[in-house]
Amino acid sequence: MVVDQLSPSETDRVFHALADATRRDIVRKVLVEECSVSALARHYPMSFTAVHKHVAVLESAGLVTKVRQGRESLVRGDIDRVRAVHRALDALEQLWRDRVAQMEQVLAEDP
Amino acid sequence: MPIVRVDKDLEAHTMTIVAEYDATVERVWQLYADPRQLERFWGPPTWPAVVIDHELTPGGRVTYVMTGPEGEKSAGYWDVLEVDAPRRFVVVDGFADDDGRPNPEMPTTHMEVELTERAGGGTTMTVRSTFTSTETMARMLEMGVEEGVRQAMGQIDAVLAGAS
Repeated sequence: MVVDQLSPSETDRVFHALADATRRDIVRKVLVEECSVSALARHYPMSFTAVHKHVAVLESAGLVTKVRQGRESLVRGDIDRVRAVHRALDALEQLWRDRVAQMEQVLAEDP
Repeated sequence: MPIVRVDKDLEAHTMTIVAEYDATVERVWQLYADPRQLERFWGPPTWPAVVIDHELTPGGRVTYVMTGPEGEKSAGYWDVLEVDAPRRFVVVDGFADDDGRPNPEMPTTHMEVELTERAGGGTTMTVRSTFTSTETMARMLEMGVEEGVRQAMGQIDAVLAGAS
């Protein structure tokens, strides 16, 4: 993914941040729609403080940013919407490239 | 490679892939119509699929389970909307629970497959796949992210093994 453009210590932070299922889930959510920390906290069986810590880890890895809005801070995915769509379509393309190659193999083995 | 074209439409959330095979339309259709052939190509290389139910008729359902490199399971299903054998079918592809039942909370992809005969023999396959919601895209993105991390972790292991 973004590994090539990052320094070793930044890469380390990205891997650490994404090595946790809750944090991956948070990234997924806030890429689609920005979300307050308290709204995020309602999604997970853990305290507000715990979710807040997860967000801080993601923020230090540059995967999310926080924007102040009134008394709340909103968490936002750092990849803009279009890029997210693009990456999703890239993932779908790869899925089908693999399928097409495997279809060809089946046809070769079993004409 | 038999892939001749890939189009991605960001606005419509659609990916179209066009591939050409030397086999006849009837033979390529069998890849989808025969569950034992379908499971040989449907899952990604590291996530082989087993097809369980297979009713490729309008209103019918196809169910499958894919198994990941660490034994993790991912079940899916097709709700079959249209079938015009051996030329075209349209399904909604979705995620299922472990028992194969569609999970209504999970996103779906709308998929159209069309087979046409090429002049001079062979088959052109056109697959048009549309994300039905931003949630579907996010889910695909998440899978991409996880795969990226897994590959990167593998590379790190290789580097560490070389350094020791």
